Amino acid sequence: MKYNMVKKSNKSLNQNITQLVNKTYQYGFSTNIEKDIIEKGLNQETVRLISKKKKEPEFLLKFRLKAYKKWQQMSEPEWAYLKFPQIDYQDVTYYSAPKSQKKLNDLSEVDPELLKTFEKLGISLNEQKRLSNVAVDIVFDSVSIGTSFQEELSKSGVIFASISEAVHDYPELIEKYIGTVIPIGDNYFAALNSAVFTDGSFCYIPQDTVCPLDLSTYFRINDQNSGQFERTLIIAEKNSRVNYLEGCTAPQYDTNQLHAAVVELVALENANIKYSTVQNWYSGDEFGNGGVYNFVTKRGLCAGTNSKISWTQVETGSAITWKYPSCVLIGNDSQGEFYSVALTNNYQQADTGTKMTHIGKNTRSRIISKGISAGKSKNSYRGLVSVMNNALGARNYSQCDSLLIGNLSNANTFPIISVQNSTSKIEHEASTSKIGEEQIFYFLQRGIGLEKAVELMISGFCREIFTELPLEFAAEADKLLTLKLEGSVG
Amino acid sequence: MNLDSPILEIKDLKVSINENEILKSLNLKVNKGEIHAIMGPNGSGKSTFSKVIAGHPAYSISSGDIMFKGSSILELDPEDRSHLGIFLAFQYPIEIPGVSNEDFLRLAYNSKQKFYNKPEVDPLEFLSIINEKLTLVNMSPLFLSRNVNEGFSGGEKKRNEILQMILLDSEVSILDETDSGLDIDALKIISTGINNFMNENKSIILITHYQRLLDYINPTYVHVMQDGKIIKTGSADLAKELESKGYEWLKS
Repeated sequence: MKYNMVKKSNKSLNQNITQLVNKTYQYGFSTNIEKDIIEKGLNQETVRLISKKKKEPEFLLKFRLKAYKKWQQMSEPEWAYLKFPQIDYQDVTYYSAPKSQKKLNDLSEVDPELLKTFEKLGISLNEQKRLSNVAVDIVFDSVSIGTSFQEELSKSGVIFASISEAVHDYPELIEKYIGTVIPIGDNYFAALNSAVFTDGSFCYIPQDTVCPLDLSTYFRINDQNSGQFERTLIIAEKNSRVNYLEGCTAPQYDTNQLHAAVVELVALENANIKYSTVQNWYSGDEFGNGGVYNFVTKRGLCAGTNSKISWTQVETGSAITWKYPSCVLIGNDSQGEFYSVALTNNYQQADTGTKMTHIGKNTRSRIISKGISAGKSKNSYRGLVSVMNNALGARNYSQCDSLLIGNLSNANTFPIISVQNSTSKIEHEASTSKIGEEQIFYFLQRGIGLEKAVELMISGFCREIFTELPLEFAAEADKLLTLKLEGSVG
Repeated sequence: MNLDSPILEIKDLKVSINENEILKSLNLKVNKGEIHAIMGPNGSGKSTFSKVIAGHPAYSISSGDIMFKGSSILELDPEDRSHLGIFLAFQYPIEIPGVSNEDFLRLAYNSKQKFYNKPEVDPLEFLSIINEKLTLVNMSPLFLSRNVNEGFSGGEKKRNEILQMILLDSEVSILDETDSGLDIDALKIISTGINNFMNENKSIILITHYQRLLDYINPTYVHVMQDGKIIKTGSADLAKELESKGYEWLKS
């Protein structure tokens, strides 16, 4: 008998890990579909055109134009630990939509090409999702394709619609809340988004209501040159509760695509919003060509007493990630949470973290951040915990752990803590570790294969975050990380 | 498979790391039922020897062969060598944060089950298997929920290695300085564990610096390794002689 079941190549384990984490991106296809597309470039007319195409009320056009003016006076932020070539904002298409723009009554009226796309992505707008208790809104390039279970939800008074629909159907709510959490001039990318946002989701949970389904939006960039600027607004009234999930993918192009989203959350008294993201935009190839530039402003306002907002994110895609889901804790006894896993590989760069602003008394926040860097990637945690002088008895706990794979990756943490009263309690812990050759060898010697070994170590490293994810996301996230970003996005 | 073949045979093995030759023409034959002790001064190549047999990728083999039951294993991945029954108790067992000992041990056990097309055991079944083994090395079930080797004392780490050896029921076990850093009670526990594990179908290679381990475990042969070669082989008495005379007298 000869033991040659496996041909052994004399490569080092690190190389094998690299191969393992470099599986190809399975969402890299694009859909060939007739599109209504406007010319590249951005000026006041573009903004007016977008607003006109969407038949928006006057207040929104004003909002956009003001934002555009603001944006023109601003410049790209340079403080992030990210390096990328100058973006030519005139070389981007700001509106691209599948052509059939008639109002759909039924999802069976959706273009079959589109439905096929979403099937490939593992997203179905049908019964399947109902069984898993998730209502889905889908945003394809610039517009929302369809929202499921609207009727179902409306029975309990929950509004879940694309933001374009909501602008027409509930203009007073939009006008009341849009731009209140993230002002149009908050930062460069938020200003850009406020000027040109095309679609996104709107959720409104009425008082004393627990949203009967998990709400979910699925974002897909399809067109090569179009940017995606979505806008999400979630309002949770007094004593209400909602779980919101977000997934993102994009085709594989060798040029970079721009994505600048804004997400605003408002939680009133005793309300509870849990927002989970699995971000898997195309991250570029192994040489760093292509990939999405992802500049996202997400902020939640805990406006009411005892309200709670919890962000959970699994960030695995994008060439560039610039994202700091934050909480402004105004209500007394309100709580903010941020749970994050950010995985970067090849030439990916992520600068991500959170801001917790304590304003109300006895406000509490908790930050758990796990960064995994492989290849030649850069992975930074950037956090700000700020406690105002009236936030008596505020508490914060932060934990930032980094895991390095290989010798060429880079991990950084930039925590800032600013406290203006003496009754607060702030804790910060940080660690850096490495999946080393000797650890892998220990597994192998006990008969456990490389893939399983890496999976076990990564899932151990991320355990605290995965337990925060909704069940259907958690299992996926585990796989996603092991296969380096692949696996389906729930 | 040749039943008459030694269970492990090292033939004229030359091994280097970063262009540094560490093993220079090493020969060793180990038969079933034998315990071999390998002694030798620091830097003589003992740990390299143990890792090379287990298939550590950092070393390159320039010539020679490693035969397991008559067939070369040079082309085999470390995990397959493990499945065949080669076990290495590490000199410095590494900590694996975030991975519980229980999960690790079950996965190791099931990997072997799978390799031999046997059914994998579920966590409950595994618990009854592992609890029985735990008593053999005098360990509390509490340690199953701790992360692999994390925060373990020196003695606990070494006992964990022996536990894994017993669990995987290996045929050739290489124990790399399993006795170092142990107090006398721990040494007794580990020796008892090893002696109970040993039978006529298994072989053990003990790498050690001290005679005291051999007071508890009786070796069939004692080898002296120096400068990447075995320079002397004898009976258990050789160890005693080394203890009193050191290694210098062997240099000629």
